[in-house]
Amino acid sequence: MGKTKWLSRLKVLLTAAMTMVLLSGCSDKFIVLDPKGPVAETQQKLIIISVILCAIVVIPVLALLAFIVYRYRDTPDNKSPYKPDWHDSKLLETIWWGIPIIIIGILGAYTVRDTYALAKPKVAADTKPLVIQVTSLDWKWLFTYPDQKIATVNYVQIPAGVPVHFQMTSDAPMNSFWVPQLGGQAYTMPGMAMQLWLQADQPGEYYGTGANFSGKEFAHMRFQVEAKPQAEFNEWAKGIASGPNAALTKEGYQELAKPGSVEKPVFYSSYPPELFDEIVDKNGGSYMEHGGNPHKAGEPEAGKSEGTTGGGSNHDMSHMNMGK
Amino acid sequence: MLDKIKDFASTFFVTGDPLIYGADVSIALTMIAILFVLTYYKKWGWLWKEWLTTVDHKKIGIMYLISSLLMLFRGGVDALLMRAQLALPNVEFLNAEHYNAVFTTHGTIMILFMAMPMMFALFNMVVPLQLGARDVAYPFLNALSFWLFFMGAMLFNLSFVIGGSPDAGWLSYPPLSEMSSSPGVGQNFYIWGIQISGIGSLATGINFMVTILKMRAPGMKMMKMPLFSWSVLSSCVMIIFAFPILTVTLALLFLDRFLGAHFFTLDGGGNPMMYVNLIWMWGHPEVYIVVIPAFGIFSEIVSVFSKKKVFGYKSMVFSMMLISVLSFFTWVHHFFTMGAGADVNAFFAISTMAIGIPTGVKVFNWLFTMFRGRIQMKQPMLWTLAFIPCFVVGGATGVMLAVAPADYQYHNSYFLIAHFHQVLIGGVVFGYLAGIYYWWPKLFGFKLDERLGKWAFWLWNIGFYLCFMPQYALGFMGMTRRVYTYGWDMGWAPYNIVSTVGAFMMGIGFIFQVWQISYSIKKGDRDLTGDTWGGRTLEWSIPSPPPVYNFAVVPEVKEQDAWWDMKEKGLDKIRPDHYEPIHMPKNSSIPFIMSVFWFVAGFGFVFGWMWMAVPGMIGVFGCLIARSFSYDTDYYIPAEEVRETELALRGNV
Repeated sequence: MGKTKWLSRLKVLLTAAMTMVLLSGCSDKFIVLDPKGPVAETQQKLIIISVILCAIVVIPVLALLAFIVYRYRDTPDNKSPYKPDWHDSKLLETIWWGIPIIIIGILGAYTVRDTYALAKPKVAADTKPLVIQVTSLDWKWLFTYPDQKIATVNYVQIPAGVPVHFQMTSDAPMNSFWVPQLGGQAYTMPGMAMQLWLQADQPGEYYGTGANFSGKEFAHMRFQVEAKPQAEFNEWAKGIASGPNAALTKEGYQELAKPGSVEKPVFYSSYPPELFDEIVDKNGGSYMEHGGNPHKAGEPEAGKSEGTTGGGSNHDMSHMNMGK
Repeated sequence: MLDKIKDFASTFFVTGDPLIYGADVSIALTMIAILFVLTYYKKWGWLWKEWLTTVDHKKIGIMYLISSLLMLFRGGVDALLMRAQLALPNVEFLNAEHYNAVFTTHGTIMILFMAMPMMFALFNMVVPLQLGARDVAYPFLNALSFWLFFMGAMLFNLSFVIGGSPDAGWLSYPPLSEMSSSPGVGQNFYIWGIQISGIGSLATGINFMVTILKMRAPGMKMMKMPLFSWSVLSSCVMIIFAFPILTVTLALLFLDRFLGAHFFTLDGGGNPMMYVNLIWMWGHPEVYIVVIPAFGIFSEIVSVFSKKKVFGYKSMVFSMMLISVLSFFTWVHHFFTMGAGADVNAFFAISTMAIGIPTGVKVFNWLFTMFRGRIQMKQPMLWTLAFIPCFVVGGATGVMLAVAPADYQYHNSYFLIAHFHQVLIGGVVFGYLAGIYYWWPKLFGFKLDERLGKWAFWLWNIGFYLCFMPQYALGFMGMTRRVYTYGWDMGWAPYNIVSTVGAFMMGIGFIFQVWQISYSIKKGDRDLTGDTWGGRTLEWSIPSPPPVYNFAVVPEVKEQDAWWDMKEKGLDKIRPDHYEPIHMPKNSSIPFIMSVFWFVAGFGFVFGWMWMAVPGMIGVFGCLIARSFSYDTDYYIPAEEVRETELALRGNV
């Protein structure tokens, strides 16, 4: 009786696992496994490598468990060997200390390689990365484009095929900026400017969301990311700047920053150029060490001494967005 | 005047929600019922003498067990409320604020007020018996630990009806948990509830560490100690190093909130990242603190129900101690996405994966303990067998999460939720349930009904997979934790409805277990031998339930499985020819009274009422002083009384 129940239980597990694997292969709903840019592709490959390496241990263990429980169950007519005092085998123990060590070694090597690889973007010599500043508010996302001088809420447009340098902070509790199909997330924190590099290979619409709980209406902190060919993106940016959209003023920002969610995307033809730096500083960024701190994207006087701040891996890019 | 009272009452009592009115009524009715029963049956004296003032580790264990089951119920109801809200898109069963409070209390209660006390229940019920000891090293401190936990838990739970529940997540990251974003008293309840019970937890860690190191029966070398006791030692080592960090972290957060300090706000020069680091320096070892004793339980059960010596004893000991050290070097994996840089992330990715190695080794050791054994499908063994595949898959997803760049995709998503529920339910809950089924007859003298137990088992297991497998998929679909509602657009609905069905199945499983316990109290198989399962360790050598002094004569240990060894050599039937008087600690009312003062002080701090907090603290110090002047703290049970008790229990002296 125990045997059949046991097997049926295993079946439930296997069916669930199989369903997951099969569905993930044939549905575009599984956005994490459907990357649209180089960063997300690297992460997806790592996910697959880790699944395979884990399966090398998991599948034999499950099989062994089923076999052992079936073979050595306590029934009167069980003919399999019974050795109550057998409890030691150097060989077996070496094997199962050894195999996981090797597997973790391999997985660890891949992990370290990609951890370093993704800390810096691969930027071709002839492409100029786009800088977008992200501010998480109670409970909406503000995006400011220092080069295009426009601002949006809950909507980001980016050029396809170009690395995008997101500089992120928060003027509310910390959140996390996540665009699964373009490659992962990073925290937005008050008083700090975090970095995240993402890139879309093809034009398309991608789902973006806040991933770290930040209070009441956190569930509504979604945004849309749209990738367009570079020319169309330029067109769009110009259109926003010169179109009928209002300008985001400092007072307008105060109003926007008040708790509340935003249903539809909002566009601003311009914004106070030093806004992002002010947000960082006002939340305590002024207390942070500037020289060589990679978290600190900009400081008010950066425009005067171009390229001296924002050390670390982002050094060469960081000067482009400084308060101009 | 009347307006003032009204004004006060409207902030003091939580209003405006039918669930809370329901809770008010049920709390009032339960209190009245308890008072009535105790008075009607004249049980006040019995309650005071036998339970509230007891220092007997077995009774303390039982009180921990009852409290933790109650908290499992509360945390479970929270879980079901959440799953009801998430079952379908755009459900309006709970509003955002209420949902946030519910998931915060669910997490806090399940880890700190369910898992921890259930673990301490098993420590108390089993460790001294396994070691051949008559009590723990510090019985008075043990009682104090329990009452501190209990008062802390009550304080935390009170927030539901008085003042308002905390709603900033179970780890309460600032700045969300600071005054600026959480101005109510909810966070203060969180801080003081955990703080008070945390002192108890730290004391228990010290108590059991000393018990294990100093109180073992003669002949029981460390390497002959039962594996459950080893796992407790390993867990205690972690408690002793981890809990002070929690205490300090929460104290700093309270100073931020109460005195306007800036430890965790950047404006003013503090740093919220510091809080996140500190809380996980406690929080990560914490998950190993609760899971390692489960490993010990499985080791005992696998060996007993396979009728075979445990495989690779030294490996087991080594891997547990290794995990307890490594567990302190993995905390950053909870925030790979916080921008620490590639060096830090690479280090913590590797150290996290490395923990998979000793854990994997243990699974192989359990498998090969069953190999060439004779496996009996009794309730404790069923849960152990269910644990293995569940934990192996959960461990594998843990290794996946440790891959730092990939974690940028899993972090805070339902993939993570599925992972940690799989290891915490599959590892900790299944483990403790196995332990409770296994040691229940020892503590209570009767077995829990097998038939109802099987119902519970299958409901829990099928419910578990239905609940959490879809959540892995939801993670890959971009669903993040802590959203209280979602639209139809992402295709999450079918997975969520399945998950909710699974959660309710586990809820029904719990009801079956409650039924199983109440049914078995009357009709369960009585255990007359004291050795229900054919045990291997010393606790099975004494009658069930054990007498107050545990061992009439302290046993001599020769082998690793001491009781098995005695049975094989035929020493188990021999009865001592004479008894010695036994030295025992006296009951004390100080632990209970002191904890009540802690509760009063905690409540005062929560509301910022110094007129209440100060007398509370004075009471606490008064109790400390009273204890330091009490000299009459022990007594001897006369040899004759021991003889009579043994005669009554064994019947064949």
